[in-house]
Amino acid sequence: MTDLQALIDEAVAIETDEVATFALSRDIALPSVSSKRAGTMALITLDNGHDHTKPNTFGPKGLASLSAAIDAALARDDVVAIGVTGKPFILAAGADLSGLPNLTDHSQAVNLGRIGHGVMRKLTDGGKPSFAFVNGIALGGGLEVALHTSYRTVSAAAGMLATPEVFLGLIPGWGGTFLLPNLIGADHAVKVVVENALNQNKMLTGPQAVQLGIGDVLLEPADFLEQSLLWASKVLTGEIEVQRREIDRGEAWDAAVARGKAFADAKVYGAAPAPYRALELIAAAKDADRDRGFAAEDEALADLVMSEELRSGLYAFDLVNKRAKRPAGAPDKALARPVTKVGIVGAGLMASQLAVLFVRRLEVPVVLTDLDQERVDKGVAYVHAEVDKLLGKGRVSADKASQLKGLVSGTVDKQESFADADFVIEAVFEELKLKKSIFADLEKIVRDDTVLATNTSSLSVTEMAADLEHPERVVGFHFFNPVAILPLLEIVRADRTDDDSLATAFAVGKGLKKSGVLVKDAPAFVVNRLLTRFLGEVTTAVDEGMPIEAADKALVSLGLPMPPFVLLQLVGPAVALHVAETMHAAYPDRYSVSDNLRRLVEANKSSVYTWSADGKPSVDPEVAALMEIGSKASTADELRERALSALADEIRIMLDEGVVAEAQDIDLCMILGAGWPFHLGGITPYLDRSGIAEKVTGARFLPKGVASLA
Amino acid sequence: MPRQIRDVVFVDGVRTPFGKAKGQYAETRADDLVIKCIRELLRRNPSLPPEKVDEVAIAATTQIGDQGLTIGRTAALLAGLPNTTPGYAIDRMCAGAMTAVTTAASGIAFGAYDVAVAGGVEHMGRHPMGEGVDPNPRIIAEKLVDTSALVMGSTAENLHDRYPGITKQRADAFAVASQERAAKAYANDLIQPDLVPIATRSAEQGWGLATVDEPMRPGTTLEDLAGLKTPFRPHGRVTPGNAAGINDGATACVLADAQTAAELGLTVKMKLVSYGFAGVEPEVMGIGPVPATEKALRLAGLTIDDIEAFEVNEAFAVQVIAFLEHYGIADDDPRVNPYGGAIAYGHPLASSGVRLMNQLARQFEQRPEVRYGLTTMCVGLGMGGTVIWENPHYTGGDTQ
Repeated sequence: MTDLQALIDEAVAIETDEVATFALSRDIALPSVSSKRAGTMALITLDNGHDHTKPNTFGPKGLASLSAAIDAALARDDVVAIGVTGKPFILAAGADLSGLPNLTDHSQAVNLGRIGHGVMRKLTDGGKPSFAFVNGIALGGGLEVALHTSYRTVSAAAGMLATPEVFLGLIPGWGGTFLLPNLIGADHAVKVVVENALNQNKMLTGPQAVQLGIGDVLLEPADFLEQSLLWASKVLTGEIEVQRREIDRGEAWDAAVARGKAFADAKVYGAAPAPYRALELIAAAKDADRDRGFAAEDEALADLVMSEELRSGLYAFDLVNKRAKRPAGAPDKALARPVTKVGIVGAGLMASQLAVLFVRRLEVPVVLTDLDQERVDKGVAYVHAEVDKLLGKGRVSADKASQLKGLVSGTVDKQESFADADFVIEAVFEELKLKKSIFADLEKIVRDDTVLATNTSSLSVTEMAADLEHPERVVGFHFFNPVAILPLLEIVRADRTDDDSLATAFAVGKGLKKSGVLVKDAPAFVVNRLLTRFLGEVTTAVDEGMPIEAADKALVSLGLPMPPFVLLQLVGPAVALHVAETMHAAYPDRYSVSDNLRRLVEANKSSVYTWSADGKPSVDPEVAALMEIGSKASTADELRERALSALADEIRIMLDEGVVAEAQDIDLCMILGAGWPFHLGGITPYLDRSGIAEKVTGARFLPKGVASLA
Repeated sequence: MPRQIRDVVFVDGVRTPFGKAKGQYAETRADDLVIKCIRELLRRNPSLPPEKVDEVAIAATTQIGDQGLTIGRTAALLAGLPNTTPGYAIDRMCAGAMTAVTTAASGIAFGAYDVAVAGGVEHMGRHPMGEGVDPNPRIIAEKLVDTSALVMGSTAENLHDRYPGITKQRADAFAVASQERAAKAYANDLIQPDLVPIATRSAEQGWGLATVDEPMRPGTTLEDLAGLKTPFRPHGRVTPGNAAGINDGATACVLADAQTAAELGLTVKMKLVSYGFAGVEPEVMGIGPVPATEKALRLAGLTIDDIEAFEVNEAFAVQVIAFLEHYGIADDDPRVNPYGGAIAYGHPLASSGVRLMNQLARQFEQRPEVRYGLTTMCVGLGMGGTVIWENPHYTGGDTQ
């Protein structure tokens, strides 16, 4: 006990900014059951004194408070059980992450683990039965508190139950990796701890949690606490016997861990340590030795807290949750003009996907236009079919589907339908002359303040606007494929774009639930510019003689979402070639055009790979035949160095040119637009910590401590 | 052929423990109180399919904030009743729940409903009596109502004036008895079965659970009451001790057509015989129960001698005694409020009617020799309301 207190005191001294979550204890006269008095429960309410917009978190002060409350209850003879619940809508949202940067050495981080374990396990082995009444959000340490209690009720309205630590670069280090598999089996535990975390941090609802066995009973939200207390009485008086499922400690356990490892490999290619540490711990938890398991968690937690990957992960998490919602450099929201009707020029696949997005999110009339009625009809039909799909999946009601379909129309005659549009976006073929003429035509029809947006990925927005009467209302509005999934929206301020139009563009982006990043009108903006530079180094190395498979393997080990040649296939070689040509024209010294890529496009090949019957890829011999390669094969290290150096070089130039405000925006774009991983912090944190930034550009991109160990 | 009237039964009733204003329910919403009562009714009567509830009639005096938004309908939705069940809000101040009952029951008798939920809620800590009122100046200009009529305690003093025989001493003695009877009823577990435990929020202390009526003061003595101030008149007779307090609470009950109740296998705790509401001079609103009872008796074809069980709301001891005196019933008659009354439990305005009914139903259960009983209450602005009930457990035979 005193050791624990000493650790707590030490930790409290380090952490200064904690918004402490207090453990408020109150006596409850438990309802009698069949005339049997159930006794007094000490019910602990976790509450940091703020409303639901600031969820409870656990730092050392909070753990100290919880410890004291549990001790007080355990010491009383008249208390028959301990209950833990949260303030309205929240049980607890995990550890206080803001305190982690303050931990500067490994032993401090070990202590954090020991404190959490020491406090929470009193709920298990303190001598009295305990109950967690999971009334709302329970993440990480919040869920772990509930795992330590003897029993759990869960509210049907509780959403967001999860152990997201692996997503950030940690592990559930206060008992999760041990208790979860011993409660629900390794199969489900691997799913929750590793797979959900790496799947965009997928979370469970209350009903799902009970189905997996995390909760013992699901109760309705209207009288959740009352019914939880009644249930607790029934358990304590013996009227209810809680059945737990039998855990398979044999092959199934090992199989689950193996499955988790394959999953982690497919996601991060071994580049992030967290999922693998979690799997090690889950594997070891099979022995059901609590002390050993908790001690192992302490070490793993500390190792990861002191890892660069975690610091990058926290930085990335912060970018995605905060900066993404407050785009740097965006003009005052108040300047935005209302958008109550949208026009889309083009009715091809991209334009049609945009139409679905606009109508679904903004719920305003959306008009499509194209060269002929047939194309227009096809586009509208596509949108209707997508809405029907949503209806079929139960994502919209019949009335809503009806509304959405009614809002989308198509026309060849723009005059009739575009005149009152507030926002028009063109998504036609990537050719400057064509886009200029479309804007010129539109200008004759729309109002002077109608925003004209372009989805161009590499052409100059300034050029597109140059010959207009009102160029100030032209903006770049660049989406990423697949439009329904990738959240990034590169919003481009051309030379003459005014603040009102830009504000309107940001407001529309927000309405579409995209994350807008302000970008200067420079070729290929951010993501495509960097990916093209990156890909350029790879294709050059391959042209020089490095085998394709070796090149892919060298770079995938960074943990990127896919190897470069698979990315090439996704983007499409023709598009990649076009962008490469554009970039070469703009920056001939840094961007080359691979002749082999040209040959690939001319041969109409969509990929360098071909797949066997059982799904194994190998280089397509036809592709190998048409390529002309040299005899200089770079090593994996050489290629990595080269590709990353090129990225560092380009990013430095982009920042100097003011393409975006700061390195944070580069990282945000690469995370949200290219799916680059948290453990790299997007990209600049990795370039800093590997020394490449300083080597190539003479300086780090970010100060030490911002996305790295200090 | 004239329409047929159907028989209406009181299937079941529940209530929250009552609270003191700014007490256990200080951070609890009023609508949540009545929502939990409705849920408990459905739980206790599992043979009643929720979709068969044809109406939810909930009373509240001050229908704003957490007591507004057509609370009967809102509470029905939030209690988990299907959205096909309509609901409404109703107000007759202190007799809100009673009026919800009589109105819903009339609908059942008329054939418009088979099953209804009726009840009331008042969170006087958040919505004191008179919140937001704007009395018409004509009231004073035309002397339609004396200013004292707007202050309930003053009307109680006026009642003492009208009946000088009802002394402060008698009022205090009645109050002591109410507290004693309440304590005894708790000791014998006669009240607790009606109560719905309510989770109580407190930002400072954490969640708690209300299981007991907070206003009770067991062990109150005449000496305790003798020294209390008389806030409505200097050297007056009405004190906080011989009156009900300012309280929070909710009640709800299930009413049904007798045949439907039988078909669904529902319990029947009381059978509705008749009801009456009447107006009296607002300055002496406490006498309201008398003409209301006269009306109800006449409609029932009964006399007061037929009534063997009474639940009289104790807004003020003086008004209960005034009612008893009128009918020649002794202050301490054991058939009147045997389990204590509002002086002990509290009087969250619009909710009290169903509390009286719950306690009358307990009397019927404990005393099968009783055939008829009544629930009666005085109402602000000078009214009274009375409902006469018949005991379904009545075994026949003499009560005298």
